[in-house]
Parts: sequence; structure tokens; C-alpha cells
Amino acid sequence: METPFAITLNAGTSRANHTGSWRTERPLYVDRLPPCNNACPAGEDIQGWLYEAESGNYEAAWRKLVVDNPFPAIMGRICFHPCETACNRVQVDDAVGINAVERFLGDLALEHGWSLPVVTLDTGKRILVVGAGPAGLSAAYHLRRLGHQVRLVDSAEQLGGMMRYGIPAYRLPRVTLDAEIARVVDLGVEVELGHAVLDVEAERRAGNFDAVFLAVGAQIGKRVDIPAGDSSKVIDAVSFLHQVAEGDPPLLGRRVAVYGGGDTALDAARTARRLGATDAVIVYRRNRERMPAHGEELEQALGEGVTMRWLSTVDRFEGGRLVLETMRLNEQGFPEPTGEFEELDADALLLALGQDTDLSLLKTASDVVVNDGVVQVQASMMTGEDGVFAGGDAVPADRTATVAVGHGKRAAHGIDAYVMGTALESVPKHELATFEKLNTWYYSDAPRTERPELERIRRQTNFEEVVGGLTEENALFEARRCLSCGNCFECDNCFGVCPDNAVIKLGPGLRYEFDFDFCKGCGICVKECPCGAITMVPEII
Amino acid sequence: MLRQIEGSRAVAETVALCRPEVVCAYPISPQTHIIEAVGAMVKAGLLSPCEFINVESEFAAMSVSIGSSAAGARTYTATSSQGLLFMIEAVYNAAGLGLPIVMTLANRAIGAPINIWNDHSDAMAVRDSGWIQLFAETNQEAADLHVQAFRLAEELSVPVMVCMDGFILTHAVEGVDMLDQSVVDGFLPPYEPRQVLDPNDPVSIGAMVGPEAFEEVRYLAHLRQMDALERIPAIAQEFEELTGHASGGLVRSYRTEDADTIVVALGSVLGTIKDAVDVRRQAGERVGVVGITSFRPFPGEAVREALSGASRIIVLEKAFSIGFGGVLATDVALVVQGSNAKVFSVVAGLGGRAITRRSLEDLLAQSVRGELNPLTFLDLDQAAVDRERARMASTRRSGPSAENLLRDLGSDYAASKAQT
Amino acid sequence: MTRQPVRFYQVGSFAVGNRLLNDEDRTVQSSPNRTNSIDSGHRACQGCGEVLGARYALDAAMRATNGQLVAVNATGCLEVFSTPYPETSWRIAWLHSLFGNAPAVATGVAAAMRVKGKSEVRVVAQAGDGGTVDIGFGCLSGMFERNDDVLFICYDNEGYMNTGVQRSGATPPAARTATTVAAGPEPGNVFGQGKDLPRIAMAHDIPYVATATVADLHDLEQKVERAMEIHGARYLHVLVPCPLGWGSASDETIHIARLAKETGLFPVFAAEHGRVTSVSPIRHRTPVEEYLKLQRRYAHLFGSSPRPDIVARLQEIADENIARYGLVTEEAGESVASEVRT
Ligand SMILES: Cc1cc2nc3c(=O)[nH]c(=O)nc-3n(C[C@H](O)[C@H](O)[C@H](O)COP(=O)(O)OP(=O)(O)OC[C@H]3O[C@@H](n4cnc5c(N)ncnc54)[C@H](O)[C@@H]3O)c2cc1C
Ligand SMILES: Cc1ncc(C[n+]2csc(CCOP(=O)(O)OP(=O)(O)O)c2C)c(N)n1
Ligand code: SF4
Ligand code: SF4
Ligand code: SF4
Ligand SMILES: [Mg+2]
Repeated sequence: METPFAITLNAGTSRANHTGSWRTERPLYVDRLPPCNNACPAGEDIQGWLYEAESGNYEAAWRKLVVDNPFPAIMGRICFHPCETACNRVQVDDAVGINAVERFLGDLALEHGWSLPVVTLDTGKRILVVGAGPAGLSAAYHLRRLGHQVRLVDSAEQLGGMMRYGIPAYRLPRVTLDAEIARVVDLGVEVELGHAVLDVEAERRAGNFDAVFLAVGAQIGKRVDIPAGDSSKVIDAVSFLHQVAEGDPPLLGRRVAVYGGGDTALDAARTARRLGATDAVIVYRRNRERMPAHGEELEQALGEGVTMRWLSTVDRFEGGRLVLETMRLNEQGFPEPTGEFEELDADALLLALGQDTDLSLLKTASDVVVNDGVVQVQASMMTGEDGVFAGGDAVPADRTATVAVGHGKRAAHGIDAYVMGTALESVPKHELATFEKLNTWYYSDAPRTERPELERIRRQTNFEEVVGGLTEENALFEARRCLSCGNCFECDNCFGVCPDNAVIKLGPGLRYEFDFDFCKGCGICVKECPCGAITMVPEII
Repeated sequence: MLRQIEGSRAVAETVALCRPEVVCAYPISPQTHIIEAVGAMVKAGLLSPCEFINVESEFAAMSVSIGSSAAGARTYTATSSQGLLFMIEAVYNAAGLGLPIVMTLANRAIGAPINIWNDHSDAMAVRDSGWIQLFAETNQEAADLHVQAFRLAEELSVPVMVCMDGFILTHAVEGVDMLDQSVVDGFLPPYEPRQVLDPNDPVSIGAMVGPEAFEEVRYLAHLRQMDALERIPAIAQEFEELTGHASGGLVRSYRTEDADTIVVALGSVLGTIKDAVDVRRQAGERVGVVGITSFRPFPGEAVREALSGASRIIVLEKAFSIGFGGVLATDVALVVQGSNAKVFSVVAGLGGRAITRRSLEDLLAQSVRGELNPLTFLDLDQAAVDRERARMASTRRSGPSAENLLRDLGSDYAASKAQT
Repeated sequence: MTRQPVRFYQVGSFAVGNRLLNDEDRTVQSSPNRTNSIDSGHRACQGCGEVLGARYALDAAMRATNGQLVAVNATGCLEVFSTPYPETSWRIAWLHSLFGNAPAVATGVAAAMRVKGKSEVRVVAQAGDGGTVDIGFGCLSGMFERNDDVLFICYDNEGYMNTGVQRSGATPPAARTATTVAAGPEPGNVFGQGKDLPRIAMAHDIPYVATATVADLHDLEQKVERAMEIHGARYLHVLVPCPLGWGSASDETIHIARLAKETGLFPVFAAEHGRVTSVSPIRHRTPVEEYLKLQRRYAHLFGSSPRPDIVARLQEIADENIARYGLVTEEAGESVASEVRT
């Protein structure tokens, strides 16, 4: 319109006025490290794969997940999920059911037969992996993906290590275990079972391997000296579970006592119940708060009729009777004897007091340092000996399958760098997306979905899986509970709340950009970003 | 068609012929008959499409008019006196925005003391608002000026106020030659706004303008009024050719050819003055009259021309600037500067006081005798003024004594109580 | 648009957008094609709530009317910072006349649109709280009473900000302004004054009255949309924090608006024909201190000589609002939970 002078102005002409010059601070988009990712021993990009799952792109989510961990169906069952402990959503209501979604993805992948990417690279390097537990399998997987040839040997008859011979089937069905392991083997891993490596140096030389990964675990159940009559049946829990896993359970009688407070103790007791024990009693020196076993597992055990004798040690075992000494916790929380005794009828005592390693295969590897029964390693997982790497239960760390998987990955990269003669690149970690960085107002109220559990009555006699999976709807819901800590999830808040229209929306998946011609640096976008993906920095003058 | 018709009715019907699209007004005497009549016609569906809006105040009436005019509707309103003052902020605003609203001002005095009768104080109060102000001498002219006002306003994007004397014209029934719709339609094209609120071509109307351009904005408004000085006579002439009515224009002279004394005035009083002039002429005095139709823009040149032969110029007006004198007189004096004429300011007819032919004759005679004061208040009751002055003076001097003061206040208070 | 149920979308009901929602279920503001009725380059202070409120409301109105909208603006910050010659920030047809006449001007625009046969063009009038509850009140009440087809939006920043933060009839008790300084036994604005315009509007029995804040965009847009479905006089009162006048950090604008609602100091509701039809329940009930402490206009209530008595009186006001509108309800709590899976 031809408008009258000055009093009438043409629309939108103020864009000529660059108010960005008012700014003293400027917003900056960042990616912060979600606490779940930070806590995941396997180094999964949890927030990343949840993001895909939220959109219902389950295959994409699964693909993102298996970049780090080839066993989502397994992990989704047995991982103790430190990610959930670290999850920021804990401070809103409950942690995101990361583990449940992981399992959902893992199961879906098996159901649909999604396969791992075909390995096309061949470096010509040969790597020996000793031990086919989670550490060894993970290393094999990552090494294959890096293009190396892998020979995986294990003394056992089947692959899986403690995942098969320790963890009972009611927690980890063998079909699932087999299927996920097979998928790794199918990447072209040479497997040799029933072969105990006795001298690792010799095998390395003989096979002309460029490097070795030791993932022998900790196979020997610890024993303590308990005065016991001849007739008294005392077995270590690891052996017991191993035998059960091989389909050859020992006869224990009706009353079984388990000594120890870890997950192995619970598994042993629960297994005993399933094998027909009417009484399965766990004897533990401390109280419930101080028990190392995980709460969920304890609840499940109690639900299955396992009973607890807290603050008790086994003094002696004779003639079907266990003599227990009552303990009390001192101020530091250590158990101290009280001199008071009780009795408990028992036909068998299972010792679940931890495991020791058997590192006799290292006898000629003189540069490998072993302290306190575990192999010392560097950040790359390399031992004191060139080209010999180690991980899993055999090195100092938490003894979990997830840690082992993480070690396998880390070692694979260490080995890759070693055999290829490259430097191991260390990606600097982003700043942690702590709860204070979030604006949780924006998240919908959404209580956590728990996985269904098998009826109690059906858990007493068989090894059917106890914990069920989530339905698709529930898994989606659970994924969408994720706050996307520290990572833009394109909620358009910054785009919407800017009083100066100084945020440019780049389109789906492309996120946003600031228009510094107009951004006045008010900081509203920073404050109102739900997930803490924007920060304020001083203006560069 | 010639009809015996009340001035207000004539105006209302003529406004209706102009096809206004939005009419919004608030009642005040002596404007009421006009808007009642327009309202009735709208309500009866005689004026369609047209919205007649009853509002809660004159401020709203002018504000609604601003909105409707800015949105492209031909807009009409009317008011008087207090009403004009109540809307004055919006009156200025309409002009500032260049909105071609036409408003009838049924001229009336401004209180306090409240007074419903005619004078021109209201029009003078908005003299500088930027509106074109046309004064009607007769009801015929009042009616005709509205048609010309719409044409002028819309051509120039300037609001136009048609001033007609309250009661004297608005309530007088006399013969008015009412126009035909086809004539008005032929004279007044549909409104083509210079700027309009259109969602499909959005502009921002009413920007804040600072020192960097404000003076220019005002000067441009002035130039538009200068353009009006050309357009007003042209439009009047075109109108006359079409209708035969000699209405409008800038100034109109009566028996000024050889006059050495000329009376200058606005509005209906011109009729009485002409009568007085006729009488004085018979007495051989060379007197004449110049009526100013366009007060704003002020037709300086035309006025100078019309007054060129006079040595005495009597500016008679129904308003004055308290503390100085005549308003119109000041304008006239300024434009005749440099001539030998002497300008006399005569304030008359305030608050509806009748301006009689007799008084005017006396005034002319006085002037011819050279006895006229530079500032005269026609028919002033000097005795009443003197009494009040004396009373005030004595009260003032009644001494500083506290007792006196208190007593005075007490009796004043009692007196005022007694009056209300 | 019906309100997006919580479903199991992370932020579907609260954030501006959500990549998981259908476009039509997202807010107008999430669209790159929104009008930006008031565009960049305006001169509002950093973090100004008023400009945000205006863009939210007008963009929603633009969507609701398919772009057939005219806005009339009263004098005030919004007008001054948007249209200093030679530039305007408005992308819509816009008219500013005076401080106190926006409702009447809008009536005129609406009337003109009707006679011009452009009845699809809808009219919004907007003003600050001063232009609404004080100087413009006469015109507003007239517009209401005539039930003119105008949506009037008040951007309430609780004071005359444009003239340097003076008290208005919407300034809350105890708040410091340049004309209610923090001195004397009752520092700041006195208790027992001020107009509750939404309720006054309701008393006119107009078809629609609603309140909103810049902190709940979905609610605000939904209210504008509802308002545009209705013909006749409609009133929307939007709380827009003013960092300058309230003495708050520029990044706190939305947070403070949210707290105003969550404390109960600013009840968010809608009413049709004089009857309350919905209220936005408080999600996390918050004591008024948390709201007050973020604003320097209340600084005299805290610090070295605190006035817990005055804070308590403000809390009473919040509690009364909560009671009057039922802002805290058992059912509200439950319905949030039950909505989750629907
Ligand atoms: C009862 C029980 C329950 C558990 N539950 C959980 C759980 O729920 N979640 C969890 O995360 N962790 C759990 N753990 C711990 C977890 O299983 C281990 O931390 C993990 O398996 C360690 O992996 P790894 O690969 O280091 O060793 P392992 O799994 O122990 O595998 C080592 C493998 O090396 C083989 N091997 C050893 N020596 C030789 C040799 N000389 N030559 C050839 N092969 C050899 C062994 O046969 C074995 O297969 C549990 C452990 C037990 C015992
Ligand atoms: C008639 C009139 N009186 C006073 C003013 C001065 N004035 C301009 S804006 C304003 C205050 C505006 O307050 P509000 O309406 O609340 O808008 P805000 O600036 O706070 O957004 C005042 C007093 C004016 N422009 N016109
Ligand atoms: S909310 Fe999501 S991103 Fe944040 S810690 Fe939990 S799972 Fe990770
Ligand atoms: S909200 Fe806008 S103006 Fe404020 S810091 Fe962010 S981009 Fe800049
Ligand atoms: S004074 Fe307040 S309302 Fe005005 S522009 Fe600044 S922040 Fe906005
Ligand atoms: Mg205000």
C-alpha cells in the first residue's frame, strides 16, 4: 500500500532493526551427557536409543543400542541397571524403565530376526579371545565389527560363561541367551568349545595371534572353613548352579541353607526352591540395608518363599543342624559376634561367598601383573604384557555382566588400536546433564510401568521366566517417559518462548539455530528448555 | 425538492443521501435531533448498509468513528459543546491519522456554567486539531455542506466538521431544497480510502513518530489544508452547477464593493448582520459583510481580498479567547496586516444571547462614528458586571481578621447551600 | 482444537511442540509458518512477557481466522516498542489510536467490516492493564454491554510500565511502583484496592471471559481459539510478567508467570455467559513466597526487615482464589493420572 508519511508503516519493517546488539550474553545449544549414559557400564547411548523408541522406530532404536551392546534381550533381563539408579526422572517420580525397554527391543529384534550388520572389513589381524562369557563375547563382537578375525575359545561345552552357568533360566531363558549369542557368532567368530587354555603365551604363539583378550571370569566359588560333620552336605553355590545349568542338579534334601548375601545367594536359594526344597533359608551376617544383593531380586526371592536369617553367621554344621551365631552391627556397620547362638535344621548348606579367579593360564606370561587375584589393566584394558588384554570378572571392577560387556568393547578398541598401530582416541565426555539443568515442569505426569511377574505359585516348581516383558504400548509409554536429559528432543520450546523470534527452526531432526541479529540474550530459552540443552555464554565482543 | 423542514432533519436526511456506512454518536443538545433522525432511518432499514452504534460517550463515538473510517467505511458523527470536549483527544487523533470522518458540530457554549445555547466556543476549542471547519449560514447551506464535506474529506483524507448554530439552525424550521439521491450519488463517488486496514495488505496505522519526523507530519497536514483552499471553492462551484445551490466556498461578500466598514462573521448571525447592513446602507453608510465559510483552513488570501477596500473591519464572533479577545479577529488581523484597515473585535451572542439587528445597527453606527473600542462585548450588562466586581473587591478587602474570614466563609457557604 | 490429552507423550501438554504429535495437535507457536504477528526488531526489553503474550495470542487468532484479522492497540509498551517510526514489527493489519479507546475503535472496525461485507474479518483489541482496567474501562464496558464482535485482550503486567512503572488498578497489594513506593507502615501498593476485571467482565454477561498466562501456551491458544469461535464481546486477560517493572531476571519471565498460577495468586479459568466453565488446576501448589522472592518489587517484604505479616496477607489472597475457583481439587490430581493412558 502507498502509505501516508510516517504515521502508517509497512508490515514487518522492524526486521531492519538488529536488536541483537543489545546482547551481553548469548545462548548456545549443547549436548550434555545424560546420567543414564554416564552410568551404563556397557557405554550405551541410552537416551539416544530411547529417543528412537519414543517415535516407535524400534528397529532404529535397536540398531543404535547394539552399536554398544549386542545383548539387549539378555541385558534387558539381567542387568542391574545402574542407569536407572542414575536416571534424573527418579527426582520427578520414578526412573525410566530403561531396562524394560531394552528388553522389549531385544525381544522384538529376536522375534523379527533383525540381524547385526554384516562385517565387510577385513584387517587380516587375528585375535584370540579366551573365555566366552559376556566379556569375551562382547570383545568378539566388537572386534569383528572392526574387521578383525576372532577365535573364541572356552573350556565349557557351551557359550555364555556365567550367563549360562551362573544365572538361572528363570531369570534368563536359554532361548534368549542362545539366540543373542548366535547372532554374534554369526558375524564370523571362530568358536572352539571344550578347550581349556592352559598357557596363554603358548597358544598365542601357536596360533600366531596378534593379540589376546583374557575373559576367563572368576569361576571358583570361595569356601570358608566351617566345621562340618561327614554327613553334612556343603557345596559352593557356583558349582551348584553350574550343575543345575548342565541339567545335573545335586540332591540337596528338603531343607537348604544358603550362606551369603549376594545375588548368587538369592539365585541359589530360589533355584533350591524350584528343585523341591521346602525350606530355603539365607543366612547373612548383616541386615537387609547392607545386603549387596539387589532389592528386586530379594523381593522376588521372598515372594517365592525364601526366608532370611539376618545378622547371623554359620558357626558349624553337624547332623542336619546348623548352628548360627547372632551378630550385631557396630557403629561402622560391621557385623560383630554376640556370643549368642541359634540352631537351624538343614539338609544342605550352599556357600555363596563370592568367587575367585583361576589365572593359572598366565603362568608364562610374566609381565601380566596380578593383584588380589585379579589382573591389572590399563585404560585400554591391556595388561602389563604387550598385546595381552583382559576384562570382565578377572579384572578389578564390579562383577556384573554389563561391566563385562563394557570391558569387551573397551578392550576391542584397545586391541584395534594396538594391532593397527593407531592411537586410541579418547572422546572427551560432555558435561553431565544434572537434574538442576532440567526444567521438568514441561514433562507430563507419567507413572512408571512395571513389568509383569509370573504368579508366585508357578514359580515354585519350574524355571519359567519370572519377569515378563512390556507390551508395545507400555514400552512406548516407558520410552516416552525419558526426559531426554541434556539432548535436544525438538520440543520447540526455545522456538516458541523467544520474545524476539530469534530462534530458527530447521526442521525435523535438524534442531534449531539462533538468529543473533535479533537475540537479545534474555535467557528465557535456556531457562525453559526442558532437557537442559541450551546454555548461556558471555558475548564475544 | 423544497421542503419546510427542521434544520436537524434536513441535515440528517442529507447525510443519509451521502450513504454513510457507520454512524456513531452520543446525544447532546442541540445535536440530538440529527442523530435521532439518522438513527431512525438506519433502524428502519432506509439506509443500508449502514451501522448505527449507540455508545457510552462522545469519546467512544469519535473512537468508533476512527475505527470504522480506518477500516474503510464512510463515517459520520455529530456532537456539540461538552461532547466535543469529551472527545477532544480522539478529535485530534482522527485528524492526525488523516481519517475523512464528517462530523456535524451543533455549536453550543461550553460550561461551566453549563449552558445549552449557541455560541462558537466549542468549535474554537478544536480550531487547531487539524479538522477542516466549515460554518453554515443557513439550513440550506448546512445540509449542502455535508455533501461537500464528504467529498472534500475523502479527496484529501482530512476530517471535516460542519458547524451549524445550535437551536438557531438545528431547531429552526424553514424551507430547504432537499437534494435527490441521484444528484448526491453523482456528486459523491464511493469512498476510496487512501489507507485502510486490510488483512490482505497489512499496514500499521498510527505509528509513534519522534522529533525526526513529527514536524514534517504536521507540515504535511497543513499542506493538505492548503490544498483544501483550492478544493473547497472548486467543489462548491461544481456543487452549484449541479444543484443550483450557492453553498460552501471559502468566503462570501455582501455589499462590500464600496464599503469602508466591513463586518466579518461566521455562521447564522450573518443573516442578521446582512439585515443590519441593509438598514445602515439605507442610512448611506458604506458598510458590508464578509462571511467566512471555511474557518479552517483559513482562507487568508480570500479574506484579504474581500476586505481590501475597507478601512474598518469589525470581526463579530460568538467566541473569544479569555484573557485576550476575539479568535477570528486575531486571524483576520493577521491577514490584513500591512493594509491601513483597523480591526475591531466584537464578542457577541455568548451562551445563546440574542444578537439583535438593533444592536448590530448601533454597533455599525458607533463604528462609523469612530467610537468603537478595539474589543467590544455586545450588549454586555455592564451594571451586573460592576456589581460583582465591587462585591468581590469588598470581600477581598474585608480584612485579615480571622473572625471576619470565618464569618465570610460561613455566609458564603450558607448562600451557596441556599442556591443548590 | 480440543486440548491434547496427556497420553504418553513426554511433553505433549506443556511444551510448545512435540515431534511426536500430529501437526494439528501442536501449538501454533511450534509451526515455522506461524504468523509472527509481532516480528523481530521490536524494542521490548529483554525477556518482555508482553510481547510474548501478544505474539502467542495474535498468532493463535490469525490461525483461527485464517489470517483475516485486524488488531487495534491501545497506547502502552506494546504499542511503543512495536511501532516507532520508521519501522513496525507488526505483520498484521494494525491500528493504534489512543490510550483509552481501543475497545471503541475496535467496535468501529468491526462495524465497518460488517457493512463492507467482510464479516470474515475479525477484530482484536489489545491493551495493557492500564489501558484496560483504568483509562479504557469506560469504552471497554460499553463494548461489552453492546456485545460488539470484538475480542479484547488485556496484557496485564500490573502497572503502567510504559510511563515508568506506576500503579494501575491492576497493581497487586504490597507491590512497589513509582507511585506506591516501599515506605511507611504499608509499603508498596495498599491492600483492598484494585479491579478484578475478569469478574467485572463476567458481570456483563458477555459470551466469553478467560484468563491465561504466558506460561501455559496450550491453554492460552486454546482460549483464543475458543474466543474466535464465538461472536460478540469476548475478554481475555493474560498475565505477562515485566522484567523491568517487576524487577525480575529476564530469563524468569515464564517461570514467574507459572508461579503466579501455581500459587493461586493468578487464577486461570474460562467463563461463558457469566459462568465459570473451566479452571486450570494448580499442578504443584506453591507458597506465595516463592513467587514474590523472584521480584524486586516485593523486596521490602524480605531481607533485613522482613514483613511476614504482609506475605501472609498475600497468601490469604491466593488461598481465597484457590477456594473461589476450586484451583486445588482431589479430582484434578486424579484426572491427571487417569488421563495418562487415554
Ligand atoms: C549366580 C550368579 C548370578 C549372577 N547374576 C548376575 C546378574 O543378574 N546380572 C549381572 O550383570 N551379573 C550377574 N552375575 C555376574 C556375571 O555373570 C559375571 O560378572 C559375568 O558373567 C562375568 O563375565 P566374564 O566374561 O568376565 O566371565 P564369565 O562369565 O565367568 O565367563 C568366563 C568364561 O571363561 C571360561 N574360562 C575360564 N577359564 C578358562 C580357560 N582357562 N580356558 C578356556 N576358558 C576358560 C569359562 O568357562 C567361562 O565360560 C552373576 C554371577 C553369578 C555367579
Ligand atoms: C490519555 C493518556 N494519559 C496518559 C498517557 C500516558 N501513558 C501512556 S502509556 C501509559 C501506561 C500504560 O500502561 P498499560 O496500559 O498498563 O500498558 P503497559 O505499558 O504497562 O504495557 C500511560 C500512563 C497517555 N498516553 N494518554
Ligand atoms: S530421563 Fe532419560 S536421559 Fe535422563 S537419565 Fe533417565 S533415561 Fe537417561
Ligand atoms: S529467548 Fe530468544 S532472545 Fe532470549 S536468549 Fe533465547 S534466543 Fe535470545
Ligand atoms: S517495560 Fe515491561 S512491558 Fe514494557 S517492554 Fe519492558 S518488559 Fe515489556
Ligand atoms: Mg501495564
